[in-house]
Amino acid sequence: MDEIAVRVDNIGKQYRIGTRRGPGTVMLREVLTDLAAAPFRKLRALGQRLAAGSTEIQRPARADHIWALRNASFEVPRGQVIGIIGPNGAGKSTLLKILSRITEPTEGRVEIHGRVGSLLEVGTGFHPELTGLENVFLSGALLGMRKTEIERNLDEIVAFSEIDKFIDTPVKHYSSGMYVRLAFSVAAHLEPEILIVDEVLAVGDVAFQRKCLNKMEDVHHHGRTILFVSHNMDAVTRLCERALLISNGGIQKDGPAGDVASAYLLSTLKMDAVQEWPSSDTAPGNGVARLRRLRVRDEAGATVENVDVRQPLGIEMVFDMLVPGHVVMPSLMFYTRSGTCVFSAQDLDPEWRRRPRPAGRFTTTAWIPPNLLAEGALLVSCGLSSIKPLEVHYFVRDAVAFNVTDPAEGDSARGDWDGSIPGVIRPLLKWDTSHETPDSTS
Amino acid sequence: MAEEVTPEALTTPALVPPLVTTVIEPARGWVPLRVRELWEYREVLYYLIWRDIKVKYRQTLIGAAWAIVQPLMTMVVFSVFLGKLAKVPSDGAPYPLFTFAALVPWSFFANGLTQSATSLVASGNLITKVYFPRLLVPMGRVLAGLPDIALSFLVLLGLVAMYGRLQWTLSVLWLPLMAVLALLTAFGIGLWLSALNVQYRDIQHAVPFLVQIWLFATPIAYPSSLLAEPWRTIYGLNPMVGVVEGFRWGLLGTGRPPGIPLVVSVAAALVLVVSGAFFFRRVERTFADVI
Repeated sequence: MDEIAVRVDNIGKQYRIGTRRGPGTVMLREVLTDLAAAPFRKLRALGQRLAAGSTEIQRPARADHIWALRNASFEVPRGQVIGIIGPNGAGKSTLLKILSRITEPTEGRVEIHGRVGSLLEVGTGFHPELTGLENVFLSGALLGMRKTEIERNLDEIVAFSEIDKFIDTPVKHYSSGMYVRLAFSVAAHLEPEILIVDEVLAVGDVAFQRKCLNKMEDVHHHGRTILFVSHNMDAVTRLCERALLISNGGIQKDGPAGDVASAYLLSTLKMDAVQEWPSSDTAPGNGVARLRRLRVRDEAGATVENVDVRQPLGIEMVFDMLVPGHVVMPSLMFYTRSGTCVFSAQDLDPEWRRRPRPAGRFTTTAWIPPNLLAEGALLVSCGLSSIKPLEVHYFVRDAVAFNVTDPAEGDSARGDWDGSIPGVIRPLLKWDTSHETPDSTS
Repeated sequence: MAEEVTPEALTTPALVPPLVTTVIEPARGWVPLRVRELWEYREVLYYLIWRDIKVKYRQTLIGAAWAIVQPLMTMVVFSVFLGKLAKVPSDGAPYPLFTFAALVPWSFFANGLTQSATSLVASGNLITKVYFPRLLVPMGRVLAGLPDIALSFLVLLGLVAMYGRLQWTLSVLWLPLMAVLALLTAFGIGLWLSALNVQYRDIQHAVPFLVQIWLFATPIAYPSSLLAEPWRTIYGLNPMVGVVEGFRWGLLGTGRPPGIPLVVSVAAALVLVVSGAFFFRRVERTFADVI
């Protein structure tokens, strides 16, 4: 299984910007002057090369050129499902276009072992005037299927699309949902060794999306390599074992899908799994207490951004009591990204509850049991207060964050279901069932 | 990761074809044509042609009759104004027949040229979304005109029969060869223009104009016998001269049998195709970026 399917070596792609006038046009005048200047430029380059004693031509950095992608290197072993995530305009699509041979890299080299099928849009090659059936053949051929292959899978493709009644209707009369179904049915029956998928799952209704994801996993189980670009972090962590984070035209992170997706999610929130205040003067707090650090940790003590839903996790608060004699109570609040408060918790440690604390540094950790939270990012706010009389010493909103992921291996509360699940918590419950046979009831 | 053995995996034949290795690297300058790859993608070419033919006359009233109406109406106009009024000579053949015999291959050429010149830009959505040899796009557009020329050729045969000039000699064998020559010429020009049109949309505005000039530079409404000798051979540099002359000679027996001018025409067409193909391959790599 350690055979390499895709080897990307220092790929870069440069685009020209700024000097374009209107869509896809270059002024003829520019080209003519460029042509006239070319021999001189080449001579100069030759001279430089001879002087430098090197055969490499240096590519001058030009103001009107930008690198959409640069110095990207990675390898994908055969059979791996790799997710590619990152903000818009980061270079993800450029990478996929290079791998699909749609555009040529400016530098670097890619080696691909196996037949590549790429799904960069829904309904590649679909023609509105042609019927559904005709488009199956046209699109199939363009996506790399042989005619015999399409004919062999035809019944299955039509059945999968669930639109058999309209298969002889021109697709221009289709609803967008029908169009997507048919388009994806063709795509789902591609049998390449390497599949490149760009965000096409973002369309279509939920049930059908699910069907497509299942079909993709099916493909995976046949030992195929998949490169999957998505904005759906949960889908990436569930489908992929590994992920690449691409931003600013380079690969920023490469590792287990849960880790990379969590890091990316927190970076989009502009938050971290740890926050520290090195100076007591600027730390949140008052004359009584100051917060010095808050972090998300695992059992072993490491700060973690990505938390496996099946593992316990600790929120560790470090604070200084500046004056002795105060009864204080640390507390935490957990929010989802959309601002829903999931729960609050307060420190009820019997050793310190109702007991005046001496001055000095305290470290207190709240442990969240495994199999309680749902997947997704959680933002943690923390506070320290006294109850009698009520006084808030500090309260820091959204101090740290972490991302809960579920690799969907069957032993979490999601069981064997790998689709989306509503709810802000997802406890693993004990279920009791009793059964009565029909005889005993009659 | 855990490998699951699925029932399908057990039933798949053990005959696994060797994996193809693709290397993607920036290319510079002239690149090979990769004719073998074109052959591997022949089914894509087939479906591109099939699509163009299927779509061409969808939602029209008279459908494929358009393939006949166009040259037929031109023939009528030429016959009335040039044949009757201007009394243009026609090498002894009835003028309508003389001009229609030329218009049949000409329409095929002119449509093929026009269609292929804009083909890449019209297929922009494909070019930015899926890989296949781009040469197939203009090629498919030219080939999709074949049913049209077949149809109009049938009408031409009917017309020849009407005038009672049907002659079954071996020279009829020239006709398909002339059609191929027209196809090659249209393809060669189409390669140049379609590739240029990706970068400079000026081309698509210039094409109708080009076709019009070319029409007059080809002996369609007049016989090339109007030209004196050294010029007549040079005139053959326009491959459509060879095509039209050959077509008339093969069908009506007018003019001279194919000779040196035809050789010049064939050579010119081949130069167009080969140079066009290399130029196309050279600029192909930027298509997806600038289209």
